[in-house]
Formats: sequence, C-alpha cells, structure tokens
Amino acid sequence: MSYIDKIQPIHLDILKETGNIGAGHAATSLSTLLNRKIDMKVPNVRIVPFAEMMELTGGSEKEMVSVSLRIEGEAGGNMFFMLTIEEADRFIQKLMADESFTFREQDTYPIGFSAMQEMGNILSGSYLSALGDFTRLKLQPSVPELAVDMFGAIISYGLLEISQYSDYTIVIDTILTETDEENAETVKGHFFLFLSPDSFPVLFDALGAGYDK
Amino acid sequence: MNVVKPPNVIRTSGLGSCVGVVLYDEISHTAGMVHVMLPDSCLAKADIINRAKFADTGIQALIHELERRGIRPGRLKAKIAGGAQMFHFKSGSDLMKIGPRNVAAVKEQLQMAHIPILSEDTGGNSGRTIEFDPITFLLHIRTVNKGEQTI
Repeated sequence: MSYIDKIQPIHLDILKETGNIGAGHAATSLSTLLNRKIDMKVPNVRIVPFAEMMELTGGSEKEMVSVSLRIEGEAGGNMFFMLTIEEADRFIQKLMADESFTFREQDTYPIGFSAMQEMGNILSGSYLSALGDFTRLKLQPSVPELAVDMFGAIISYGLLEISQYSDYTIVIDTILTETDEENAETVKGHFFLFLSPDSFPVLFDALGAGYDK
Repeated sequence: MNVVKPPNVIRTSGLGSCVGVVLYDEISHTAGMVHVMLPDSCLAKADIINRAKFADTGIQALIHELERRGIRPGRLKAKIAGGAQMFHFKSGSDLMKIGPRNVAAVKEQLQMAHIPILSEDTGGNSGRTIEFDPITFLLHIRTVNKGEQTI
C-alpha cells in the first residue's frame, strides 16, 4: 500500500495548518521588508497526480521565477517560492525602485536576481523556522537556488523523490498576495512544499496524530 | 507513453531533468514517446510501478507497443531531448544529479535495443518543451533561456 493511501482527512488538516503557520510567518517577513500589506490565502492541501501538479499555476510551460531549496534534517523535502515572470518583475521593480528591471534579461541587472534570491531566502527561512518551532523538529534548509524557467521543469525536481514511491504527490500550496492602495492584487507568490514520503510519519508523530506506518 | 500517426504530432512540455525519448518508423510514419523521469526501475520503492517513467522499463514498453502495431524494432530510430541539470544543491541526494543520469540510462537502453539516436539535445541547465512531427521526423525544441531549434 502506498503511503498516500494511509493519509486520512485529519492528516490533510494538519498539513494545512503546517502550511498556514509557515506561510503566515513568511507573509509577516515580507510585509516588514516591503512595508506593505500582504495577504495570505488559506493553504490548499491536496493529493494530486503528477500530471495535474504540472498544470497548477497555468501549465507546465508557463515561465516562472522560482527560489527553491531542499529541506534536510529530521524531516526532508523540497520547497519552492514561485512567481510568474511578470509578477517577479513587478516585485523586484518595486523593491529596487527601478521600473526597467526584468528577469528576461539575465545579464543586465544581476543585482535584481540577487535580490530575488535573498527575498526567497528570507521568506522560506521564516516559513521553515516557524515549521521547526511548531513541530519541534530540526529542519535545515539548503542554500536557495534561483531559477527562471518553465514551471514543469522546475517543479519536477520536487517530485523526484516522491516518484520512487508513487505517481501522486501531496502538495501544500500557499498563496501570498500583495495588495496596493486600491486593494487590487499586484503580486501573487506561491509556496509549494513537498515532503519526502518518509517524512510524513515523522511529522504526524511530532504533532501527536496517529499514522499507520 | 503515447503513440501517434500524422496529422497528429507528439508533444511534451516543461521537461527539466526528465528525458523525452521519441522512437519513430520512417516507413509507416508512426512515432511514440516516453517521458523518462528516473533512470532505472530498481529505484522504485513501491510494488506496483508505472513502467513508463523509468528509462529501462519505459523504453521497453514503448518498443513493445510499436511492435504490437506492426513495427519491427529494427526499423526504429530515436531522437532524444531533456536531462537538464537545473539545480546544484550541495546535497547528499543523488537524485539532484538526475538529469545526466537519465540521459546516460536512456542511451544505454537504446544501444542495447540497437536503436540509433539520430539527434539529441540533452544536458544544459534549461527546461525544454519538445514536439515531434511524424511527417518530417523533426523534433522541435523550445527553451525559455536559449531560444528554439529543430533537430
């Protein structure tokens, strides 16, 4: 029986709360950094086939800017903070007060790339440390890597380990949005967290929920 | 895994470390593709596996499928693309270096099956979307950072 078959509704609720706490802290960090109002949506936790995972956020070919890292320690996994290129451009333009910046020209503004990577670092760092505090698990993030590429090409890295077990993944998807004065959404970023299959029992144990190993 | 005849084309989008393997027959204009995610089915940790996602079982399954449609393996030719190394995490996990391993495993399987690789666009660090046309036998490749090409 695959590990996915053992997941009960209560486990999904726990994962949702996990995403909530992690992204909540990340939203606070982002808000402090930009001095702007950041909204967070209720995390979306679902068990999806790989093919469907590839189509989230507008298709596997959609060009995205991603800051990704590996989680190691007592529980392992992969985390991605992703924006579409247009959104990432706006984000960095605001941050640097430079309207001409774009991720489509890799060599023109290296500082914008560096800023994005640092931003991803701060956000995923707050997500993970909140997660660590909540679960009391020791979690170590790797150095984050920036990628500007197709959604499918990036996200498939998060699925490699899982693909040894199954063709389904549990995805914890949390959306942060920045709203401007008119309350229009201007920047929308996705956090995708994929836990390794053998991390689920560890996580559920840490939070006191039974899990049939 | 997918097999087509004209006017259909065969396409897969957003390939990162995965390798798209196209096997085709010039006489019947039939082409099939597998999307290889992992190099070897021995990496599977489940009892029931999806054969299509491993280089060894996936390529075998595609050859059998084409054979079932009356195409002898001796007539098949291959074009492959993908296997990028998108990330360089300093991590203990070999899975992060999976792109080059997928490419090597695909080549080994094709060699064992005596199927020649007529062209390839593998490695690098960009994602690819590929499309094969069974009329012209051309494989069109689009990347975000490195433009388009046809091989």
